[in-house]
Amino acid sequence: MSVPEGALVSVCVLLRDRDVLHARRVAGQELEKLGARSVKKTRFVTAVSEIGRNAVMHGGGGEARIYSQVHPPCVTVVCRDKGPGIADVDAALCDGFSTAGSMGRGLGGARRLCDQMEIETTVGKGTCVTMVARL
Amino acid sequence: MSAASAIYFVEGVLLVAIQEDISDTDILDLQEALAERIVRDSARAVVMDINALEIVDTFVGRILAQLASVSKLLDAQTYVVGMRPAVAMTLVELGMDLPESKTALSLSHALQDLRGKPLA
Repeated sequence: MSVPEGALVSVCVLLRDRDVLHARRVAGQELEKLGARSVKKTRFVTAVSEIGRNAVMHGGGGEARIYSQVHPPCVTVVCRDKGPGIADVDAALCDGFSTAGSMGRGLGGARRLCDQMEIETTVGKGTCVTMVARL
Repeated sequence: MSAASAIYFVEGVLLVAIQEDISDTDILDLQEALAERIVRDSARAVVMDINALEIVDTFVGRILAQLASVSKLLDAQTYVVGMRPAVAMTLVELGMDLPESKTALSLSHALQDLRGKPLA
């Protein structure tokens, strides 16, 4: 993905589940500042939660960078980890796919909840997921 | 038990208000604590108020669903109350439902439903 639109608002370290809470709070606040409606905010923050949790649980931790732009209004969250990567992204996006005994709805669900989502991943190197909410 | 949620026992019903900033660890602790309380208090129902939750993602959704299944095995009906409209819409989009839970708009709706049933 190209450079995220807007200005960098916050860099959140993602090491523990509490860190995911913080990242999603920041993303929600930025959407609120841009006047996002409740459903928009809930959808995007849920996506950030899914992806942020993946980074903590499967990626061994990482960071979330949150960008905000006023014209045209959008919030972008770039979530990066240095974990094992995803061998088959298309399969991972399908509901029901899980390597961790969970439900396997997270990644595909997150994509449906964003206006735009891109996944860059290299096996053995890590994963970077870019999520965009446009208002 | 963490301070992220408190459990109250009223009229044979365990009431839980889940706090906004509940973490994954807290909700796993809550699941365990509730299962123990159902048996210890001989509770006939569990009412979980999730109105404070701005989002319910697949992890929290799965724990809520499991909690309802565990309660059912322990002969207690689970009610999930206070779900925000945006949360309901997002859960549907995630392809999740809470099959073993009854949902009620509010705590009083849930209690009204329960009062319709004779005490065990």
